[in-house]
Amino acid sequence: MSEKEKILEIRDLDISFSTTSGSIHAIRGVNLDLYKGETVAIVGESGSGKSVTMKTAMGIMDSNATVNSGTILYTYTDENGVKKTVDIVKMSRHDIRTHINGRHMAMVFQDPMTSLDPTMPIGKQIMEGMIHHYHTPKDEAYRKALSLLELVGITDAEKRMKNYPHQLSGGMRQRVVIAISLACDPDLLICDEPTTALDVTIQAKILELIKDVQKKLGISVIYITHDLGVVAKVADYVNVMYAGRIVETGSINEIFYEPCHPYTWGLLSAMPDLDTDDDRLYTIPGSPPNLTHEIPGDAYAPRNHYALNIDDRLSPPMFKVSDTHYAATWLLHERAPQIELPPELKRRIERMKKEAEK
Amino acid sequence: MNHQEPLLKVEDLHQHFPVTRKFTVKAVNGVSFEIYPGETYGLVGESGSGKTTIGRSIIRLYNPTAGKITFDGSDISGKLNAEINRKLRTQMQMIFQDPMACLNPRKKVVDIIAQGLDVHHMYASKAERDEKVAKILEKVGLAPEHATRYPHQFSGGQRQRVGIARALIMNPKLIIADECISALDVSIQAQVVNLMKDLQEETGCAYLFIAHDLSMVKYISDRIGVLHQGYLLETGTTEEIFSNPIHPYTKGLLSAIPHPNPILEKSRVALSYDYKTSGLDYSKGTYHKVSDSHAILCTDEELAGWRQES
Repeated sequence: MSEKEKILEIRDLDISFSTTSGSIHAIRGVNLDLYKGETVAIVGESGSGKSVTMKTAMGIMDSNATVNSGTILYTYTDENGVKKTVDIVKMSRHDIRTHINGRHMAMVFQDPMTSLDPTMPIGKQIMEGMIHHYHTPKDEAYRKALSLLELVGITDAEKRMKNYPHQLSGGMRQRVVIAISLACDPDLLICDEPTTALDVTIQAKILELIKDVQKKLGISVIYITHDLGVVAKVADYVNVMYAGRIVETGSINEIFYEPCHPYTWGLLSAMPDLDTDDDRLYTIPGSPPNLTHEIPGDAYAPRNHYALNIDDRLSPPMFKVSDTHYAATWLLHERAPQIELPPELKRRIERMKKEAEK
Repeated sequence: MNHQEPLLKVEDLHQHFPVTRKFTVKAVNGVSFEIYPGETYGLVGESGSGKTTIGRSIIRLYNPTAGKITFDGSDISGKLNAEINRKLRTQMQMIFQDPMACLNPRKKVVDIIAQGLDVHHMYASKAERDEKVAKILEKVGLAPEHATRYPHQFSGGQRQRVGIARALIMNPKLIIADECISALDVSIQAQVVNLMKDLQEETGCAYLFIAHDLSMVKYISDRIGVLHQGYLLETGTTEEIFSNPIHPYTKGLLSAIPHPNPILEKSRVALSYDYKTSGLDYSKGTYHKVSDSHAILCTDEELAGWRQES
């Protein structure tokens, strides 16, 4: 454990947005660790704060956001080979822009059409970052852009360099976006729902591509997604987020085979499964809470079938299940009643385990 | 089921879009299928395969280039006379993909839902109109006070419910649902799919369910058609498509779905299918029946080869 290099450490992050309808307390104490070469996934419903957390880590929050407290420690090796640890929250926007973004952290956004410039050939867009950050000579940047396009699996790279985004298909565009994000050799790649706008066949290819690139370059990846199938394919560690808090964190096997938080149970049960013949899909009752009001107690309690009395009054702390596995639910307290997994989910997990043994 | 008359019969539908004098986009090439009353037919395929075009051709947002579409006994592919036009516009309805884009932002929900009634003069008094809207709102799980709100005041799932209410108020026999859950969150998708299933049981309407997400299609469809590059490659009951896929494209599509089982998923590599390198020519294939309901577009040799592989 100790020999692993920590890249990102988020502690007690707390963010609110000021809007016309009052202040929205979107992030309410997030803790997250990322080690070198690992893949971490953040899952949750829309509005749970997944994207906001990662945008803050990159210093590209919206202007109406304020960080109330917390630290985001990021460790990197600068151009002189000196190891540095910085607190992103305390850095100025300009410093983040010149030292961190692009060079060390890069982001792949959800919709490739809106993240590419429609008026610029894709080759130029890939070279832009290198020239800006490292003052790379143009022909060297051109060669690197070519090799990047080949790395992300685009054939006829030379011809494609002159293409505009609208001449490419959705899957190709997302490959170009990945090539752009890799142009300055980042050590951390943040993928914000990289495949939601794509269809399944292309999704599988893009995920395999990111995995491949990660292996070749030894970078760390953070996935933001709501698709648990994607998580199962790529992640080493999973953080489940709900209403601005991480409610369960653990290794991928712990989350999928031994989930502890009722919200994780709900998410896993709601995942459509090709092997069951159930007539109805499971849905989590109710809808996510309105974060304009302070929430006393556990935010998930109103939708939680297994909520205890204490959930209405006191927000549960993180209980330790194993060295890597923590969950914020009072059900893990020693005095809480013993509650079994929902029978359907239990059957499903048993079936998954059996399949895995084969 | 088969002894019934099909509600919708699509025969050899072609839809071409001329771009320049020399270049025509052939979006749909010779697609045939049937939908029986009260069943759900799922159309799946990647983007650009022509799923949406088929839906739009059927409801006559496009004029079909060739082919015959029969809806409830009348031909709706040629020139429409007033009577057939009215039948088509009332008995067939559509739910669109993006609920924010398809609802008029300047109209209240009550007016959006009642627009079909207004156009076809389907009520005697204002009270009847309001009552009909209230009834439909309740059916799709919205409260009566939602009627006076505007679309932007709703969440994504609620907006899609408004879209469903708008289609349902005409009491249609067929609803074309064009990627109606793709823009929604996973947990909301499940709610909408469940709602659509409940409504089908209650009203007995048929669905043409267009989607690229096979796992959701499996839950809702009775039969499935797999589409690629404008050709219907394989069609069969949900059971047949999922347990015994024969066409390599169907197999590729099925294996691309990530399974929520990490140990298995980590080692699994999705089958990839590339039309260019597969050596198949869809235009040469004819339909081969594997069973009564299961048909595949291919040549004799191709089918024999695939059978041997499996």
